[in-house]
Amino acid sequence: MVHDTQDTVLEVVNLKKYFQFGRRAVLKAVDDVTFSVRKGEVFGLVGESGCGKTTVGRTIVGLYSPTAGKVLYKGEDTSRLKGAEVKKFKRRVQMIFQDPYASLDPRMTVGDIIGEALDIHRLARGKERLARIHELLNVVGLSAEHANRFPHEFSGGQRQRIGIARALAVDPEFIVADEPISALDVSIQAQVVNLLSRLREERGLTYIFIAHDLAMVKHLSDNVGVMYLGRLVELAPSAELYKNPLHPYTQGLLSAIPIPDPRVERERKRIVLEGEVPSPVNPPKGCRFQTRCRHAKPACREEDPKLKPVAPGHFAACHLY
Amino acid sequence: MRLASAQEITQDMFEPLQLGAGEGEAITRPPISYWREVARRFRRNRLAVAGLVILVALLAFAFIGPFLTPWDPREQSLFDTNKPPSAEHWFGTDNLGRDIFARLCYGIKISLFVGIMAALIDLVVGVIYGGISGYFGGVVDDVMMRIVDILYGIPYIIVAILLLVVIGPGLWSVILAMTITGWVGMARLVRGQVLQLKEQEFVLAARVLGASHLGIILRHLIPNAMGVIIVQMTFTIPGAIFGEAFLSFIGLGVPLPLASLGTMANDGYQYLRIYPYQLIIPAIAIIMTMLGFNFVGDGLRDALDPKLRR
Repeated sequence: MVHDTQDTVLEVVNLKKYFQFGRRAVLKAVDDVTFSVRKGEVFGLVGESGCGKTTVGRTIVGLYSPTAGKVLYKGEDTSRLKGAEVKKFKRRVQMIFQDPYASLDPRMTVGDIIGEALDIHRLARGKERLARIHELLNVVGLSAEHANRFPHEFSGGQRQRIGIARALAVDPEFIVADEPISALDVSIQAQVVNLLSRLREERGLTYIFIAHDLAMVKHLSDNVGVMYLGRLVELAPSAELYKNPLHPYTQGLLSAIPIPDPRVERERKRIVLEGEVPSPVNPPKGCRFQTRCRHAKPACREEDPKLKPVAPGHFAACHLY
Repeated sequence: MRLASAQEITQDMFEPLQLGAGEGEAITRPPISYWREVARRFRRNRLAVAGLVILVALLAFAFIGPFLTPWDPREQSLFDTNKPPSAEHWFGTDNLGRDIFARLCYGIKISLFVGIMAALIDLVVGVIYGGISGYFGGVVDDVMMRIVDILYGIPYIIVAILLLVVIGPGLWSVILAMTITGWVGMARLVRGQVLQLKEQEFVLAARVLGASHLGIILRHLIPNAMGVIIVQMTFTIPGAIFGEAFLSFIGLGVPLPLASLGTMANDGYQYLRIYPYQLIIPAIAIIMTMLGFNFVGDGLRDALDPKLRR
């Protein structure tokens, strides 16, 4: 565990989530992932498509139940909650979704989309409900008259902000943001990222920020976990990870970030990851990254490396260390 | 102001426009709800509008017609059998001397009733069955869909005929015969829609917010599947009307003294060579009903398809 302080809000312990498909095939989307998140921090979770980061996020908010392991929120196992406790949990932990075009019901007005949260938890009715909706729209930089509009009338960035307003409606303390900006134009991404940062300061929110874009995660996160094929391969404070990436996969990912200076960009040597991600249905034996790793040695084919501390607060799962 | 050439355009002709706070977020178009958009697209489709006009005309005929004629659809008159259309009997009389105009009004009502009831029963059973199957998925879905597959494999005419033989003819027997296997189409359709919708992020968002199963089904799944359901219904209605006409024609339809378009066609066809109008008039009514519903159904399908949105 990275921090054993008592202000830890979320702990993910040996989390496994397998999906059965077909008669025999099992997709190991998340395979033994452990990390924890402190109150008020932004925990970045990165990795390429299909590495299981979204599954981790969805398991945390309770959309999936873990195959093994647990998710502890303030010390309570979230999959064991019952009745009223579930509702209480749903008010504390919310999610922002990836696709702003799919995450809003096209048949509902923006007011009803945001109001749904208020209705489910019976937070406000009638005039008070309307006032809350208008207030939430203002919080995300939209205006009260937008409440009568339908989602298709908004731009991607505006829709994503409506999604954020919906998540905020129940006054959560913890938000899982599942690639909230990857579907947006670069020019709009800052809009949403700045809103998320502002909300964090104003409301003391804690985030898990899932992304495949390391540059944006660097800007936002305090700690970063790098995932590959259902495993956490490296875990470190953001600055440390960018300065001193240990796992060859992280090195490859960081190397993919372009440097906004053409002279430097031309000179530098990029580490290009070769090949495709192996199928999570049938992951390679030993280290999962060995098929694409530049430093692969015989031991990597035999033994599966465990996530172990390499420097203070810096963990890596690699036989090089 | 007219500009003679490009050279005349100078810097001082332009005035900087300040973008006020919040103006960038303003939407100037009036709000358009989904259904209003659908209505707009439907109105643009001439064939669909024609279909709607036909249906309204048929309904008007069925409900206003009886007040225009002094004749009772059940009243027989052996002195007035097989009269051709005249000022007295507008559409003539049949072999028992009943006024065909009055019977046609009555027949259209019965046929529409059969069609609409059958579609409503299909709707209720199909939406509940398909909704449960799709929403809960897994083993529930497997079992429920295999049952549907089996029912789907049985020719409906055979089931309908057997059923009518067993429970005897009657208005509700005919409706039951139509729906006993008819709902599987709706169930499959709704299941497909629900399977597709339940993985959408807005449904996941509702689940994260803590919405109940019923809440999700009523608030998100059914409204979003409504378009497809309505289109299916507009095709079920003429299907059931035609099925009823067919059953009546082979003598298993609504019993006398009830009259449907099918029984009228059946009566009329026996005198086809001598009194062709006795078949032609109900046949035209059947054709108009079919055309009307099919045009409207096609129009709705196009109007409700979000991919065609402009």
